[in-house]
Amino acid sequence: MEHYTMNLTLKVWRQKNKNDRGGFITYKVKDISSEMSFLEMFDVLNERLIEESEEPIAFDHDCREGICGMCSMYINGRPHGPWEGTTTCQLHMRAFKDGDTIVVEPWRANSFPVIKDLIVDRTSFDRIIQAGGFISVNTGNAVDGNSIPIEKAKADDSFAAAACIGCGACVAACKNSSAMLFVSAKVSHLALLPQGEPEKKTRVLNMIAQMDKEGFGGCTNTGACEAVCPKEISLDNIARLNQEFIGASVKTGK
Amino acid sequence: MSVRALFLCPNLQISSTTMTWKHIFTSSIGKKLVMGLSGLFLITFLIIHAGVNACIWAFDHGEMFNKAAHFMGSTVVVRIIEIGLFAGFFVHIIQGYVLEVQNRSTRKIGYEVKMGNKGSKWYSRSMGLLGTLILLFLILHIYHFWTPSRLGGLWNIKPLQPVSYEGGKEIHNLYAEMIAVFSDNLLVVVIYILGCISLAFHLLHGFQSAFRTLGLHNQKFVPLVKGTGAAFAIIVSVVFALMPISIYLKWVD
Repeated sequence: MEHYTMNLTLKVWRQKNKNDRGGFITYKVKDISSEMSFLEMFDVLNERLIEESEEPIAFDHDCREGICGMCSMYINGRPHGPWEGTTTCQLHMRAFKDGDTIVVEPWRANSFPVIKDLIVDRTSFDRIIQAGGFISVNTGNAVDGNSIPIEKAKADDSFAAAACIGCGACVAACKNSSAMLFVSAKVSHLALLPQGEPEKKTRVLNMIAQMDKEGFGGCTNTGACEAVCPKEISLDNIARLNQEFIGASVKTGK
Repeated sequence: MSVRALFLCPNLQISSTTMTWKHIFTSSIGKKLVMGLSGLFLITFLIIHAGVNACIWAFDHGEMFNKAAHFMGSTVVVRIIEIGLFAGFFVHIIQGYVLEVQNRSTRKIGYEVKMGNKGSKWYSRSMGLLGTLILLFLILHIYHFWTPSRLGGLWNIKPLQPVSYEGGKEIHNLYAEMIAVFSDNLLVVVIYILGCISLAFHLLHGFQSAFRTLGLHNQKFVPLVKGTGAAFAIIVSVVFALMPISIYLKWVD
């Protein structure tokens, strides 16, 4: 692909802290390479802001290779920007043209309060995982993985669900700020495997109870979450979650 | 992938939980379940209603239609089911509005640039609005036909004209009432057609969404249910819309 440079106008959400009202500030950036990642463009802008003795823009990032789930920008009306199946860190500037205006906002949901600028507090996801998003394993030597037979189709579905990196784009995209795609990926990942079987019922009930407690909305099957998910987690997982939940609630004694 | 899962913990750490009926139906999935089940129940009603409507195309000046309407209005079992139907409407409408308010309140600060149609269809995001349009239509529709048919003669409500076939018992001439409502009344016909269009889009999302809420994820059945839902939404709405159109354009008399 041809290399080119571009001048851009950025409209970025700035907010000093949790209690600040916040607002958009416009920045002009020059000579941005088409080969930069979106976050590298922010690095360049932040270097300049530091030189000008201004507060740099705070944003979440860690691995910068699309697997950690830390980056979380809502770019031009879409979580993680215009590319499908891509995290913000893997979005490259060749997605934009010279002269473009780019609006960058934090994830918006009551359950994801803004900490600073583009960083939101996603510990609500951690608490959902703590409620049941794991399997209980005795300590000791690792069990030989191949000793437990698993149906190929189930292993594939479980693996696809396990690809969820918990970035929260599903919540950011959903009109109801629903965390169902995230929870359904975690529930499906474990419910499809024999290791998840013993705690299958309590897991789904506890995780949904925690999800509701955190104030996420309900699912209306619009599919916006699936469309923006950088790991392309399928909406089918939500239907599986519904099935698991209904089954578990009916079968639970009291 | 290794079958060892990502999180290593001591034995069975997930605490057991109580799940009473109250817990189930106040949980986010339980609330959706109420919407889905009541929606599917109302869908079965639409089939019956469209079937009775289709009797006008027997071209017998409404005889078959009036007999069918009489059966629906005078049979004890049907009248008992009718109470269930009103309950179904009530639950679906109230729960729908409650969920709409709850879901809207989950994002106090909105986005500067809206997502719009990036990733979802407008009608799937507008079920509350479409439902409200259908509700307004429903109120008008009940006033037009259900009220005179069931409550005619009470208070100041004008009863329907009687008609009898082959010297049989007198029954309501609902057909004549329909001709009176729709003939030469373009505004009413247009409102009915708009009601049917709202219904079509509501069903286009609602039909398949109800099955998803019930847990359908088998890829052999998902496309089947989506296709059936789309066909159902279009066919039922067109059959409904054709009724005022047929009368207005005098295809039936």
